Amino acid sequence: MIYQQIDRNKRKTYLIFTVFFIILAGIGSFIGDFFMDNIWGGLIITLIVALVYTLITYFQSTNIVMQMNGAKKVNSAEEAPDLWHIVEDLTMVADIPFPDIYIIKDDSPNAFATGRDPDHAAVAVTSGLYKMMNREELEGVLAHEISHVKNYDIRVSTISIALSSAIIFLSYLIGNAYRFVLPFNDDRDRNSGGGSWVAIRAVLWLIGIVFLILGPFIASIVQLAISRNREYLADVSGAELTRNPQGLINALEKLKDSTKPMKKVDEASASLYIDDPLKKKHFTHMFDTHPPLDDRIAALKKSFM
Amino acid sequence: MSTIIIVVVVIVLAFIYAGLYNNLVRYRNRAREFSSQIGVQLKRRTDLIPNLVETVKGYASHEKETLSKVVELRNNVTNAGSLQEKVDADNQLTGVLRQVFALSESYPDLKANQEFGRLMEELSNTENKVSYARQAYNSQVQLYDTAIETFPRNIIAKIHGFKRMDFLQIPEAETEVPKVKF
Repeated sequence: MIYQQIDRNKRKTYLIFTVFFIILAGIGSFIGDFFMDNIWGGLIITLIVALVYTLITYFQSTNIVMQMNGAKKVNSAEEAPDLWHIVEDLTMVADIPFPDIYIIKDDSPNAFATGRDPDHAAVAVTSGLYKMMNREELEGVLAHEISHVKNYDIRVSTISIALSSAIIFLSYLIGNAYRFVLPFNDDRDRNSGGGSWVAIRAVLWLIGIVFLILGPFIASIVQLAISRNREYLADVSGAELTRNPQGLINALEKLKDSTKPMKKVDEASASLYIDDPLKKKHFTHMFDTHPPLDDRIAALKKSFM
Repeated sequence: MSTIIIVVVVIVLAFIYAGLYNNLVRYRNRAREFSSQIGVQLKRRTDLIPNLVETVKGYASHEKETLSKVVELRNNVTNAGSLQEKVDADNQLTGVLRQVFALSESYPDLKANQEFGRLMEELSNTENKVSYARQAYNSQVQLYDTAIETFPRNIIAKIHGFKRMDFLQIPEAETEVPKVKF
């Protein structure tokens, strides 16, 4: 069961790579054509920038994600004894190394796991979750996160966050390129087929806006590629770890009653959390990062009761 | 040519043999790891008790009966011989400790005492670790026992003297591995 999940996650990683490569190639050739009259040049530069950016993000992922979400590291058992002890218990049963633990100061109850692999993993909970849940529920939530660590979900999500933040970064650059390419007092004759600089700026503006809109959109497409099924799987394997599905069921019930979105949450890492931190309500479920809590509770009950 | 084939076959067989042997050793070691973990946690538990008794005495001196019961059961855990006996004694101890924690509800000063809070957390922590380790031990033993009784590893087990390991008996209300149905 768990090994099939790990294999599936490895396949998904390749799929994500391919999709992003195509998107980046598109952006790259556009940059090349538009700014340098040289498609290949733009392509190569873009891919190098994206690769470097992605690698840095991948190897620094835990630090970056934790900073983005304003998390504080827990350094000893004294700081949060029950949290620390529960993670100890679960890692013992799951047979993975002890991860880093973080607490995010936020009243909205939530949690996530991140990292490259079980050896470089981190688990974070918000102070709101920590206060709201009793020990059994906390165990349920943490078992869900530890399952994400054990079955390499965290690697898939880390890679996709790294890649989507690279794309968002490029979008941002292009969105702001007009400032560098065409300063306000620029009245040089441009040999761009007679279009006045105002028109070119308008086009640049438009493209910038489109890319800026596309960035988060791409991120959500990726989150769909990772598939919301991961959450169901982590729910079930978490309940197997604790041998107590009721803990997680109660925790999900409590999460359902809390409608407070998080104060400081980074869009790109929204899909990491156990429950949607943005509390978005879409018309369709197509762009949801998370399956509805009701469905998850029902699935758990069906699996175990 | 034929000697090459024979050599290759022998090498392949040796690899398979080594792989199966190592696999048995891994199972056995992991089971042992869990059983020693249980021992370690039980030891920590019994070390915490005197401290707990002292702390509770300071606030609820007339609960002598419960406290002496705690001490008695703690000594049972310490003096028990086999791991199974230790675990059984510890289960009784856990029951009485629950009473002590329930007691604390009627002594607000005790409940607010930091040391008492710390001891409560440590005791539930060790209790959870014992029960997790026991369950993990049993599932590991099941893997190991099945492995040494089924072909081809039963042959290796015979040659190298791998013995069956025993389950730790489970007290009354034990959580079974939940059955997953898809």
